[in-house]
Amino acid sequence: MLSSIIWTPIVFGLIGLLVPRRFAAWVATFGAVITLGLAIGVLAGFDPDGGMQYVTDVTWISGLGVDYSLGIDGVSIFLVLLTAVAWIPAIAFSALRGVERPGLYYFMLAAGETATLGAFLAQDLLLFVLFFDLMIVPFYFLFGIWGRDRGGDDDPAGSPGRGSVTVQSATLKMIVFTLIGSLLMLVGAIAAAVISADGGELTFSIQAIVARGLPDGSQNWIFWFFAVAFLVKMPAFPLHGWMPDAYRAAPLPALAVFSAVLSKVGAYGFLRVVLPMMPDAAELFQATMLVLAIASIVYGSIMAFTKTDLRLVLGFSSVAQLGFITAGIFAFELTGAEGAVLQMVNHGLVVVPAFLIVALIAERTGSEELGPMGGLAKRAPVFAVIFLIVAMATLAIPASANFIGEFYILNGLFQVDAAWAIVASVGVALAAFYALRMYQLTMHNPLPDGADSREISLRDALVLIPMVGIVVVLAFCPQLIVHGSESAVESSVAVVREVAK
Amino acid sequence: MSFDAPAIDYAALSPVIALTAGLVAIVLAAVLDPIKRFGPVLALIALATTAGLLIWQWNADADLVSGALRLDGLAVTLSLLTIVAAAVAVLLAIGDPAETQAGRSDWLALLMGSVLGMVILAQATSMLTFFVGLELLSIPLYALCGTNLRRRESLESGLKYLIVGSVGSATLLYGLAMIYGASGATEFQAIADGLRAGDGMLSDSLTLAGVGLIAVGLAFKVSIAPFHQWTPDVYQGAPTPVTSFMAVATKAAAFAVFIRFFLVALGPLADQWDVMLAALAALSIVVGNVGALAQTSLKRMLGYSGIAQAGYMLAGIVTATQAGVDALVFYLAAYVAMNVAAFAVVVIRERQTGFSDDISTLRGLGRDKPALAWPLTISMLALAGLPPTAGFVGKLYLIEALVDTDWTWLAVMIAVGTMISLGYYLRVVAALWMGPARDEEEEGEAIDTASLPPQIAGAAVADPFADEGADRRWYLLAPAVLAAAAAIFFGVIPQPLVEFAQHAGNALSVWVS
Repeated sequence: MLSSIIWTPIVFGLIGLLVPRRFAAWVATFGAVITLGLAIGVLAGFDPDGGMQYVTDVTWISGLGVDYSLGIDGVSIFLVLLTAVAWIPAIAFSALRGVERPGLYYFMLAAGETATLGAFLAQDLLLFVLFFDLMIVPFYFLFGIWGRDRGGDDDPAGSPGRGSVTVQSATLKMIVFTLIGSLLMLVGAIAAAVISADGGELTFSIQAIVARGLPDGSQNWIFWFFAVAFLVKMPAFPLHGWMPDAYRAAPLPALAVFSAVLSKVGAYGFLRVVLPMMPDAAELFQATMLVLAIASIVYGSIMAFTKTDLRLVLGFSSVAQLGFITAGIFAFELTGAEGAVLQMVNHGLVVVPAFLIVALIAERTGSEELGPMGGLAKRAPVFAVIFLIVAMATLAIPASANFIGEFYILNGLFQVDAAWAIVASVGVALAAFYALRMYQLTMHNPLPDGADSREISLRDALVLIPMVGIVVVLAFCPQLIVHGSESAVESSVAVVREVAK
Repeated sequence: MSFDAPAIDYAALSPVIALTAGLVAIVLAAVLDPIKRFGPVLALIALATTAGLLIWQWNADADLVSGALRLDGLAVTLSLLTIVAAAVAVLLAIGDPAETQAGRSDWLALLMGSVLGMVILAQATSMLTFFVGLELLSIPLYALCGTNLRRRESLESGLKYLIVGSVGSATLLYGLAMIYGASGATEFQAIADGLRAGDGMLSDSLTLAGVGLIAVGLAFKVSIAPFHQWTPDVYQGAPTPVTSFMAVATKAAAFAVFIRFFLVALGPLADQWDVMLAALAALSIVVGNVGALAQTSLKRMLGYSGIAQAGYMLAGIVTATQAGVDALVFYLAAYVAMNVAAFAVVVIRERQTGFSDDISTLRGLGRDKPALAWPLTISMLALAGLPPTAGFVGKLYLIEALVDTDWTWLAVMIAVGTMISLGYYLRVVAALWMGPARDEEEEGEAIDTASLPPQIAGAAVADPFADEGADRRWYLLAPAVLAAAAAIFFGVIPQPLVEFAQHAGNALSVWVS
């Protein structure tokens, strides 16, 4: 069952390569919808208190102790659903506009979905590392082939005077940063398995390694090998150096899923791998991680407030949001970690429509800069409402699911030390600034020359409204996720709390 | 008084016999005009027969020729890899100026001679066969490098390789003599026994100097830094089919004897040489990867990348365990697939662009000629160790063997080297997919005659070997596509290749843990 979720997208991607060009987009959309259907099917039979479910375990490379081992629990199920949901609008949005070399484009998008789902479902440490590495490959091609050089003279939509970015340098920076993390993680993963086996039979099963345990000294360095990989992926301050260039160069639909889902794999990795496997080290480095998380919140919020390129506003706001999520996890409190899981889903759901809205704004004003924009709401009330909902969710207005998520996280932090919570809450205030500023400068104010305020087309609305609808629904019943993930989250943080005592 | 004729195990010797027969047949065919042009077919038949006989002898475990040779899993697997590389070279050379100018049969005979040397080297268990095999491998290669008679770089590379290669051989021979002096034996097993039996021989300076010289000699052959300086020049200058053969097959054969000599004959000294080899491996990883960053010629870049990859593989010997040998052989097999795919594309592009292997000639291929762009892309991603390719599993295998024997720092070196390597491998991928397409104007630039020496410039203008349709020749395209497919296949389903590698490692189970 889980295997079919993972492999369905790429199978349709391959079919898309073979069919005539004009059908490629619809084959890919169909594949994404089927994947979502399968994910919902898993949800239907899912028991929130049942621990690891739908387990598949087949020997993959027997000589190396690597298994093809999948399973789903209360944390991964919501991230799998998020992935399956997020990919549909990204593919459909591209399909409505048409792209060059469609077969290859949709194949790469589908491969990205397969790899991401694989990372969320893998229960074998090496399989997890493999999918984690694999995720970046299709996005390297997506950003590189369909991205654009920015800031050059012939780029009206870029940021003039902000330094130009070539696609090649941006993608290279991205993949080098990411792989620096994940190659060290590979060494760390192998070391974890070898050390925990201690001469016995070698296995990479996450549960087996957790059960066997690792000695304190080894935990400390293996912890950082994993943490760096995850922090780069998020990205977290100060490892976010690849983010601005890559975000500016990337094609928006691919960027939407990249920002929405891939960043969550890092946070998920902390919950799934780092806390249970290296509880002593996690406890030891709690303060360091919280400092990094809160630095991300403050730095990301301030940068989001000062940037005028819409992609960077959203990019840095993601840095801040991921900071919240990390802080929630490293509070080692049930509420904090539950809030983190809820916030992972919320942020993913909000970011996808946000980036697609940027694309729509750019179509209307010919620019992705906040400066020369405004007044788009004048003749486009529906579009404005959609954007308003997204902006309100981003700033975590009370009654939104994001509010609940951030509240849980701050609550968790407060139990560690009130000071953490107070500093982190600055981020909540700043979020209101940048989200409202983004909304006002684009939608209100007089309409500049050359910009065209037109209502969102029906087809685009059909792509965006379901996403926004899920955001609204989740605002009314966030407890679905909070309760669904409770027992799984508890099992992760309980290990660390046990050590802390 | 009775006399027993020595029993000759013809079955186990059959691969060597078949290869020799093929070599003789090619030389003889050269004088018969009607069948002369079927040389490549003859060579392929000989190679296929040898491969068939090797597979027939898959489970062989036999000492041959009074202990001078030994056919076992290690010899069979690595011989098979060299034969695959040789067959690819034969295909890639069809229509190549080198093969034509040097006389087709002569070229093929040299190639087959070199292969014979490699097969013997993979089986060598005595210092005599070790050295004979190594020279039989090397001497035809020196000549092969210079077979593109009208290109100065080709001749230069042949001469350079001859000089450097001879220095390497001489160093090695000197080292072998010292080890003979220390142990009083020439056969690998007897050397180990001699070293153990001799009083204080394990830490004697004569022994250690011998070990060092042998390591240096072999390092020359597999291009381990700091004995690598010849590699980029020779790789670039040699005709590309020869480069491809040299890069892949020489490494396989030389690593075979590297494994056997160090783990069997010098096994008692493992504690002394492991640190030395680890240092060489680490240095190679750094030098190769950093050196490759600055290259614009694809062949030079692959040369430097080969140095780095040799460093990764040497790490497998450092562990001195069966798992390390398994990992090395697995990586070597993956390396064959990855490099064959890359070199085959280089050959095709060279013929289309007037023998330019500059990375800029690849621009826009992803759009125009996906059949060329995909194999090269897969090869580069595999060399960079990204999933889902055999390169990823190979690195995983090596790192696992290293961490298991407490060589974690060397495993981290491999990871660091891999990060650096992304810088140049991805430059190729970016050129293929992300740059603007080449236009006609630049097409002319690639064979800009002014910058070339006159005798070459003349050839470039009306090059009889330029072949616009090279990307439609099956014998050039098939190696590229099949090798790339193999690199992916063994990344997704690595088990068969793991068993192949374990078959090699099991052959040494008597000597290592």
